[in-house]
Amino acid sequence: MVSRVPETVNAVAFGVLAACIVGGAVMVMVTRNVVHASFWLLEVLIATAGLYLVLSAEFLALVQIMVYAGAVSVLLLFVVMLTLRRREDAVRSRDASALVAALAVAFGGMLVGVLYGFPVPIVAMPEAAPGVAEIGRALFTRWVLPFEIASGILLVALVGAVWWAGAGGGDEL
Amino acid sequence: MTVGLEAFLMLGAVLFAVGLYGALSKKSAVMVLMSLELMANAVNITLVSTSRFVTPVTMDGQFFAIFSLVVSAAEIGLGLALVLALYRRTRTIELDRIDELRG
Repeated sequence: MVSRVPETVNAVAFGVLAACIVGGAVMVMVTRNVVHASFWLLEVLIATAGLYLVLSAEFLALVQIMVYAGAVSVLLLFVVMLTLRRREDAVRSRDASALVAALAVAFGGMLVGVLYGFPVPIVAMPEAAPGVAEIGRALFTRWVLPFEIASGILLVALVGAVWWAGAGGGDEL
Repeated sequence: MTVGLEAFLMLGAVLFAVGLYGALSKKSAVMVLMSLELMANAVNITLVSTSRFVTPVTMDGQFFAIFSLVVSAAEIGLGLALVLALYRRTRTIELDRIDELRG
């Protein structure tokens, strides 16, 4: 089932996923409940995995689901629940700020302005999208040094997180 | 109906701006970390879509995205551990109530 990679993406699939992503991100901002916000964040991350599928990056979509939907959102919910003393503490003020909104709109407008005129190079699409086998091969040949550094980073982060969250970081004042 | 790379870049820019708003305006440390995740996600979308349309054979952007995913997973783990340590020290995660260094 070798199919030629199209040079564009189905607009309907993109539109639905983009609406889920932007809508979910806005809901993270406007919802007043921290627990609801983390579930909206989970929705955004899963919709992003769908976007990776549309972009024929199957491996990344799977990693996104496992790392973000599986690990990060559970971690977020754990910390939300550990740092709330009462159930009512989950509901917060909205923390709206006109100055920051203006800054974010200005920055986003600048990004859009720069990227809109981005000259996309015309490249020949391959006959078939490279699969997981090609990704694995490249990861352990061309990208092997960053790969090993990444495992070092993860190890250091693991030890640091255990130390901070455990005995070392929480000395009472 | 089809869309090209520009639509993905626009989506990344909008998502990044939303995350930036949250990272600067939210007063709960956990909400700030969530906003940082949104911004990292916007960058990853940009990387993967550029990879798909500009380097479809070598997939450079996808590898960048994999490593950026590793770094942001480490960041969220360390960040949440810091939030927990902060909570045990000060009994709060409200960023505007953590002002011990204010002169």
